[in-house]
Amino acid sequence: MANEVWIYAEHKDGKLKKSALELLSGARSLANDLGTQLVAVTLGCGLEAMVKELGAYGADKVIIAENEALKSYLAVAYAQTLAGLAKQHQPAILLGPASAQGKDLFPRVAAKLGTGMASDCIKIQLDGQKLLSPVRPMYAGKALVEANIPEARPQMATVRPNVLAVAPKQEGKQAQIEKVAVEAPKDLKTILKEIVKGAKETVDLTEATIIISGGRAMKAADNFKILWDLAEVFGSGTTVGASRAAVDSGFAPADMQVGQTGKVVNPTLYIACGISGAIQHLAGMRTSKFIVAINKDADAPIFQKADYGIVGDLFKVVPVLTEEVKKLKAQD
Amino acid sequence: MKIGVLMKQVPDTETKIRIKDDASGIVTDGIKWVMNPYDEYAVEEALRIKEKKAGSTVAIISMGPKRSVETIRTGLAMGADSGILIDDPAFEGADCYATAKVLAKVLEPEKFDLLLCGKQAIDDDSAQVPQTVAELLGIPQAMVIEKLIISDDGKKATCYRRVEGGAKEVLEVELPAIIAAEKGLNEPRYASLPGIMKAKSKPMKEVNLSTLGLKAEEVGAKGAKLKVKKYSLPADKAPGKIVPGEPEDAARALVKMLREEAKVV
Repeated sequence: MANEVWIYAEHKDGKLKKSALELLSGARSLANDLGTQLVAVTLGCGLEAMVKELGAYGADKVIIAENEALKSYLAVAYAQTLAGLAKQHQPAILLGPASAQGKDLFPRVAAKLGTGMASDCIKIQLDGQKLLSPVRPMYAGKALVEANIPEARPQMATVRPNVLAVAPKQEGKQAQIEKVAVEAPKDLKTILKEIVKGAKETVDLTEATIIISGGRAMKAADNFKILWDLAEVFGSGTTVGASRAAVDSGFAPADMQVGQTGKVVNPTLYIACGISGAIQHLAGMRTSKFIVAINKDADAPIFQKADYGIVGDLFKVVPVLTEEVKKLKAQD
Repeated sequence: MKIGVLMKQVPDTETKIRIKDDASGIVTDGIKWVMNPYDEYAVEEALRIKEKKAGSTVAIISMGPKRSVETIRTGLAMGADSGILIDDPAFEGADCYATAKVLAKVLEPEKFDLLLCGKQAIDDDSAQVPQTVAELLGIPQAMVIEKLIISDDGKKATCYRRVEGGAKEVLEVELPAIIAAEKGLNEPRYASLPGIMKAKSKPMKEVNLSTLGLKAEEVGAKGAKLKVKKYSLPADKAPGKIVPGEPEDAARALVKMLREEAKVV
């Protein structure tokens, strides 16, 4: 059937990523409004374990493209396979996650299909003509733009993690399975030599539900320990970020930077510790659902964006937060 | 090696963005234009490779209005050898696909051994052009790279690609390839005064719609697959509340509010 709504289901270490469930939940209403099927597409090998979950979260059909050569992700290989499937089935819409993999893969697929794509969207919807009309941030969120793809197909978009709420699981709802034996992709000119694990095994900033960030007032790299301590009591889904000032001062590595020249994040709770709130930092975290600012300077611009502020020394505030959260968690 | 760097001129990160009355774009008056920060890493990396490999050249390629010449000159002042400005009114309003199409047309006959660029431009934040150019040229890509090693024979590159959770994929790509820089790849140099003087006499080529042999329908707003409907500003948050009291007391009160009001703990 042509004109289906497709989502690309990313997985890691044999498990579906949360983005797959978010995309299914968000795309369900698109498929309903268009009167078509919602299809999850997944690439790799040994994928059958994921089919049940994709069905329970709303997929009408799951396309499994298996080949030993797709065991590890490679842009050129996955782009050939995914574009090949899209050419064959002609979906109306193809959505993916704005994750490291999705951001790498989707533009290449769009190029192969000669179609348009909207990156890192924060809203997916249909317009009056039933065209996908996603909204995406530009200038790190200082502006928003709504766009559509009137002619080319499929209409492609990647969606920012944590934007779409995951709908309740429907136990027993099953998806139809279409297993496709795809050809081994060729002419890759790329080899994945190895994957080096990070020093700290934590959730990525872009996928975190709680972020505790430190700024220039952290004074030293070692002091970030109090932020990690707080992160630990919050539990999984929590990680630590940094402002550009903290990164440039050598207190934190570049991959922890939140802001226009770092990561744009979207957690449920963002706690800014000793961050003044430069426009380039605010741009990277302004869509956080709740923002807490802790700063000695009552005039710091960060307080303008914060839901809750504490004017005071972060070194006095943060350890108490850690103690209090620990107590609460112990009661739960 | 013949190295090409794809560079874009963007508003400085401190810019306050305003939207035009008809919602068709941003107000560009008074903007300070700079080299896209991620492209600075690409220029720097190109220059470091050039310094290691005798006989290498670095060209800066930029698509944009006439003012982009100043930013190309910044790259030349840092040490690049030549510039190409791709400018035509017909290119305006392009999406990533239409942009990549023009770039690919410029790049194809140049036969670069290596193409470097930033992982994304901080104006439209699409992060699509490098991959699209790679596909149109039929060459591999390595995106979000924070460490790069070119083999002695100049035929391969080992690229450390940053992925989620601090992990890195180590990719080996055959050259030519497009390699897109992440922050941390290097520390870009400043242009020296002699560098700035020399840059003035370095070659700058200008190409446009007709010199490239492209049709107006396939580029710019007409050739865009993704059509912009409207721009807007994000809704401003209502000001929040300051939790009163001594730091320790405020911290206790805050945790209570986060649980009871915000329900996030």
